[in-house]
Amino acid sequence: MLVTALLSGLVLGGTYALVAMGLTLQYGIARIMNLAYGETIIAAAFLAYVLFNGLGINPVLGLLIAVPLGFVFGYLVYGLMMRPLVRRAKSRETLEIDSILATFGLLFVIQGVMLVFFGSNYTSYSYLNIGVSVLGTTIAANRLLAFALAIVLGGGLYLLLTRTLWGTALRAVAVSPTSAPLVGIDVERAARTAFAIGGALAAAGGVVISMYQTFTATAGVVFTMKALIVVIMGGVGNILGALFSGLLLGLVETFVATYVDPGLTLAATYLIFLAILLWRPAGLFGRSAR
Amino acid sequence: MKSLQRRHVLRVMAAASALLATGIAPGALAQDRTSVKIGYAISKTGPNAGGAGITTLPNYQLWVKDVNDAGGLELPDGRKLPIEVIEYDDRSASEELVRAVERLATQDEADFILAPWGTGFNLAAAPLFDRYGYPQLAVSSVTDKAPDFVKRWKRSFWMLGGGHDYAGALAGLIKKAAADGTLNTKVAMISVADGFGIDLVTAARPAFAEAGIELVYDKTYPVGTSDFTPMINEAKASGADSFVAFSYPPDTFALTQQSQVADFNPKLLYLGVGTGFPVYGKNNGDNATGIMSLGGIDPANEANAAYRKRHEEVTGQGPDYWGSVITYASLQMLQEAIKRKGLDREAVSAELSAGTFQTVLGETKMEDNQLRTLWWTGQWQNGQFVGIAPADRAGASQPILPRQAWKK
Amino acid sequence: MTARTLLGLLVAGLVLAALAALPLFAGPYAVTLMIGMTGYVVLATAWGLFSGPTRYVSLATVAFFGIGAYTVGVFSETLPYPLVLLVAALIGLAVALVVGLSTLRLAGVYFVIFTFGLAELIRQLVTWYEVNVTGTLGRYIFLPVTPEGIYWQLLALAAATFLFSWGIGRTRWGLALKVIGDDEVVASHCGIDITRLKLALFAVSAVIITLVGAIQAPRWTYIEPSIAFNPTISFLTLIMALLGGADRLWGPLLGAIPLFLLFEWLSANFPNHYPIILGLVFIAIVFLLPKGVLAAVESRLRKGGAR
Repeated sequence: MLVTALLSGLVLGGTYALVAMGLTLQYGIARIMNLAYGETIIAAAFLAYVLFNGLGINPVLGLLIAVPLGFVFGYLVYGLMMRPLVRRAKSRETLEIDSILATFGLLFVIQGVMLVFFGSNYTSYSYLNIGVSVLGTTIAANRLLAFALAIVLGGGLYLLLTRTLWGTALRAVAVSPTSAPLVGIDVERAARTAFAIGGALAAAGGVVISMYQTFTATAGVVFTMKALIVVIMGGVGNILGALFSGLLLGLVETFVATYVDPGLTLAATYLIFLAILLWRPAGLFGRSAR
Repeated sequence: MKSLQRRHVLRVMAAASALLATGIAPGALAQDRTSVKIGYAISKTGPNAGGAGITTLPNYQLWVKDVNDAGGLELPDGRKLPIEVIEYDDRSASEELVRAVERLATQDEADFILAPWGTGFNLAAAPLFDRYGYPQLAVSSVTDKAPDFVKRWKRSFWMLGGGHDYAGALAGLIKKAAADGTLNTKVAMISVADGFGIDLVTAARPAFAEAGIELVYDKTYPVGTSDFTPMINEAKASGADSFVAFSYPPDTFALTQQSQVADFNPKLLYLGVGTGFPVYGKNNGDNATGIMSLGGIDPANEANAAYRKRHEEVTGQGPDYWGSVITYASLQMLQEAIKRKGLDREAVSAELSAGTFQTVLGETKMEDNQLRTLWWTGQWQNGQFVGIAPADRAGASQPILPRQAWKK
Repeated sequence: MTARTLLGLLVAGLVLAALAALPLFAGPYAVTLMIGMTGYVVLATAWGLFSGPTRYVSLATVAFFGIGAYTVGVFSETLPYPLVLLVAALIGLAVALVVGLSTLRLAGVYFVIFTFGLAELIRQLVTWYEVNVTGTLGRYIFLPVTPEGIYWQLLALAAATFLFSWGIGRTRWGLALKVIGDDEVVASHCGIDITRLKLALFAVSAVIITLVGAIQAPRWTYIEPSIAFNPTISFLTLIMALLGGADRLWGPLLGAIPLFLLFEWLSANFPNHYPIILGLVFIAIVFLLPKGVLAAVESRLRKGGAR
């Protein structure tokens, strides 16, 4: 029982981590609190559904289409909507409020467009829904794939950010946007790239989620919330933090469901989240001084 | 004196005719009206949009199209008036719904108002339907309190039964199968912590106890749960032959997939809302066979089959196997009652309550303002979700037990 | 008190009286509309009361709104109505104090997310309690409160909120509040315990919001957590207050009324495209009226005056 709970918790957490990594980039580096993040995820899920059901393209190949589209979408959104706000913002607080409002609007626009195209029905398809035996427990192949993708993408991103000059520049912007230009970093370009990568990760998350979960055009908020919780827990802008807290959250949910009461999983999530906020307001991996 | 009397008589007559005129105003107005206003407020956005978009909205649209294609709503004098639709989005919020219904009644002066989606929303709207004298044909609400509600709101009709009906039928089914030796008397049960799940689970516990069924696992999970592996594993280990989940559509889909993955093969598998969705049959194919849920149809009913076909053609999606056909039937009843009694809402309500109607369900009649001839339990058989309980109802299919194991 | 404030109070009193008389000659739909509008005006103003000066963006509105509504659902059968309202206010106050004491040291977006999480947590706990302890989820409210009664109560609450908001601006605390958002150190030099002041404001704002929920609840007949704790309420309140300008007395009012009417018009005329248009309107507001309607009008006036 313990091994089962542990494994399914990790697998569940893998999805949370994958979804949260994009948001942590968008908020940590681009400084945009993107409330429409979940809608991007759902849009990608619909794309995967259409590709799979209409054209017979399997979701893993679908990733190759969805991820670049997500990147372009993020790039455009930042360039058209966010840049004017960033330029106009006098302080971080004003930008935060402006971006919350603007992306809240964007949330409705994307959701509305999806409602017009797909209606409000529950959508799902069946892909790789077979059991795989791991350490004596059976786990769905599609969830295992999701977990693997989360680790690969997260690990790759982490290496990219820590081992390349380009990644270091991005991280410099996250740490200190005011002094980054002093060392010749184009903050705006870095922010836009980070936002676009965030969009690409959201798209990846959407495709992965669509492989095993039912979704509706209006379900985006749930994902935004889960992602936000993971981001805050892990520390804003911290990829490794997002990965770790995503897994932690998955474990907590599964353990509570197994050993306490399935009815308290969500309550436990929020409780832990609130506790971490109070205990370490900058997140488990965040620096205490911002 | 004489003239005074005459004047008095005249005055009384004038008053009387004025009274009469107001009394028959709807009829008088109907002479020069060109359409019948039918309004509804429904969740087009927000968390309820998924449910409303399957069971309720497509049927409203289909019915309006059917009626208007046939020339309109027929009135007692044989004239036909086209339906003019007024549609609002309640955004899945009670306050918005209340305001929209009030607006339909007082501002738009709709001739009839169709019911919203969901138990809570039908209850929120009921006092308004009552105050403004509109009949309320509440289909998508499962409630055991319907007998109380019809006393409180005389023009309300509750057409999908209550938790006790569904739970009782299931308990009876398991009891019978256990007596045959097909199943053991142990049941593992999970339920969603929301209106529907709670209603059914509180009805199921005593029903199972009464039937001598032992609940070996009984847990509730919150709305939005996506990973059911822990619960499936517990149920698998519990030694129960029957697994019952009073679940919502996303949960139902997830449970189906995850049970396959876990190779969890209870002899009786009963899932909640969503099992009767057309997409469920499509996604699961032959694996759906044997899975039970609420609702069902009589596969031999040709009117129903024709309705299902038309629904798919017109709205682009199939109807679900539980509330859809009842929703459409409720509209047919309204249509027929209008044909018999005109646009007088009081008379139409009385007719709905007392009359007998030919609908896609066959002969349909309210009992104490409730529709009681329903399929309490259904099962997927040969690509259709057919009614199996009550077993003594005409058209009932035989349950297939034990259910086949998942095919891979 | 100067003659000008007296005049102001008099005008406010007259407007209030006129609004209170509205149901006597307007139809039931107008009353319904006014209930929704007044409800949001109070919510947005109460929100601005705390968030305007402190710049804490709170999404806990629906947590308190829901507490109010749910309290009515629980006690409507057993307690007389005024007492139910009192109990609701007290519960709101208690929760606000606990939450305020533990969270007001969080800053920026952390507070935003915390308050959102709080609303969800309370909703989950209520659900869990109802499911496991009472065994039912829905609560019925059969109170003989008419729409007019609800409207009048909301109006009275609105008046009280504005009076409080206006009154506090004229005190020593008001002075501290004016600088608190810019510089807490300066604010504390006014000789005021800033933390206590923030806590008090949070509590007052929360109690008002709780009462809105409690007053509106009888309109729904039936309450369950998903109905009482509907997160859109938090978002709409926030948007309305920010549109008008949260740091001014009349700002939230000026945001709530046009937005409320806009939403009503949209959902009636464009039920299928409502979210798209709503979203575009939001984005337009952020770009065109970044500091709220009131600030935009003021700067326009100032420019006109200078010319």
